[in-house]
Amino acid sequence: MYEKNGEKYFVVDGHMHYWNAAPDNWVPGAEQYAKGWIECFHAYMGLGPPETHWTLEHFQKYFEDDLMKDVFEDGYVDVAVFQPTYLKEWYKEGFNTTERNALMGEKHPGKFVYNTRWDPRDGDEGLEVLRRNVERFGSKGCKLYTAEWNAGSRGWKLTDPAAYRYLEKCQELGIKNIHVHKGPTIWPLDKDAFDVADVDHAATDFPDLNFIVEHVGLPRIDDFCYMATQEPNVYAGLAVVIGALMHARPRFFARVMGELLFWVGEDKMLFGSDYAIWEPKWQVEGFVDWDFPDSDDFSDYPRLGVAGKKKILGLNAAKLYGIEVPAEFRLAPGQGTPAAPDDAQLVAGA
Amino acid sequence: MTAPATSRAGGPGGSSSRASSPAPRGVSGAATSQAGAALAALATVRDPELDEPITSLGFVTSCTVSADGDARVRLRLPTYFCAPNFAFLMVADAYDAVSGVPGVRGTEVVLEDHFASDAINGGVAAQAGFAASFDGEAVSELHGLRADFLRKAVMAGTDQVCRPLLAAGASRASLLAMTLGDVPASGALDRLRQRRAELGLPAGPGAPLLIDPATGERIREEAAPLHLRRARSTRISIEANSSICRGMLRHRYETSGLGEEEQ
Repeated sequence: MYEKNGEKYFVVDGHMHYWNAAPDNWVPGAEQYAKGWIECFHAYMGLGPPETHWTLEHFQKYFEDDLMKDVFEDGYVDVAVFQPTYLKEWYKEGFNTTERNALMGEKHPGKFVYNTRWDPRDGDEGLEVLRRNVERFGSKGCKLYTAEWNAGSRGWKLTDPAAYRYLEKCQELGIKNIHVHKGPTIWPLDKDAFDVADVDHAATDFPDLNFIVEHVGLPRIDDFCYMATQEPNVYAGLAVVIGALMHARPRFFARVMGELLFWVGEDKMLFGSDYAIWEPKWQVEGFVDWDFPDSDDFSDYPRLGVAGKKKILGLNAAKLYGIEVPAEFRLAPGQGTPAAPDDAQLVAGA
Repeated sequence: MTAPATSRAGGPGGSSSRASSPAPRGVSGAATSQAGAALAALATVRDPELDEPITSLGFVTSCTVSADGDARVRLRLPTYFCAPNFAFLMVADAYDAVSGVPGVRGTEVVLEDHFASDAINGGVAAQAGFAASFDGEAVSELHGLRADFLRKAVMAGTDQVCRPLLAAGASRASLLAMTLGDVPASGALDRLRQRRAELGLPAGPGAPLLIDPATGERIREEAAPLHLRRARSTRISIEANSSICRGMLRHRYETSGLGEEEQ
């Protein structure tokens, strides 16, 4: 929890990782991809405050004690949601798997939510693994990475028929939240890999699932906003928005926040640190202190007050994941409903 | 063997204050001007997603032209995994632009440090096209993708042109009635007209200021508020993306690119 000016914030980190990307986990023959991936992540860390930067060696492989201190002890997080990313073509044991996360997390009851993942190209076997993961880890959410390489295929879309089989299975298994992370490769490569039209279709066809578009669809924030405003079950995952822009490019951060507040609304935005890319401490502190710059450029954006920040930092995610929020952190009557689906309908004519 | 005319990253072409290397010595004036002409040609190549020249973005590592007319260009991108389709377009466009410089006899463009460098560099060198360069992974060339992003550039450019007008007191209704010729001259207006012309959209002084970039039709009054909102969203999306790319590039490479401009 975080407290500032007498206000108490319940913090749910909606997007974080526990990875091993050190050379001991690189797949022989694919070293350049494993190395390229983690160095790319490390470059993102460079957009945070200098005093929070890690060496590449530490960044490649950090340990349980590091995570518990950075996220919970120093980072104000009450509950953290693991978002696994497998990348087994590059990392022998996977980049960060459901098992790796849970093995560590089980030592700290109540601190973690274990999302799992699936890949529609894994066929019937993948469906069975999904069922077992839900049973074993109690997963209520899945993280999907559409640019994952798999047996010669460079990626997939949510509208692929095989993906619909998995979404149907998710509903059957009681999974509620689908976190979508777009990446640079899909089939076919001549299309825009970051296009969010497939999320639009899937969200319409699966109204009982929530679709959290991670990184607010970056680099397609505009397409994401216009889609999200029309789909009551589409949410904005703020991982990378705060981490990459709030410190490095504050005016762009304000503009992006303005757009998100206008099109998506404070009920449907979820904080995520993307740890270990960035530590949550400076992100939580900076976000609570944040306001629009005093300029006409921002005057027609919706304002973000304390109640809105409480929703974004934790109450919205708590609602989506059924996390019990102690009374002292809840909103007072009249301050709105976290994760209210209707907030998406505010833009007339869209 | 003659010494190539060289423009190195961080050298005279770079405008930033970051690490710079001294200008090469022993370069003949004629060859230097050829390298300059090649760099000027590269400045006409844009990142299709960011709608900015690859030079000002810092993507040009080096550009040389030998006395015999052999041009060599090295390009770089903010990450190892930047989207391969856009990367291919930039390498292919750079190849075409430099090949068109008078006196250039042969051109080699090399994209460095990218997961698809081999496929892209080989495909561009062989003039093979995108689909053949990524055999089995692509079904068509990239004209559609390029047009999609030109339409985004038109939307972003619409906001760049309209925002100052609105700030100066113009009403939305007055924007609807305006033609491109009614707008005071500016770099933003030139850019918008150029992007519209590239798409085959009305771009002359008599053309409406507000048009649908997909159809070229004039925007109707009731659709104007949403159109302008979307124009701003598109501009902000592109600019935010661009700022992240610049930050990543800076972290990845210590030297600035040829012609790089700080934001």
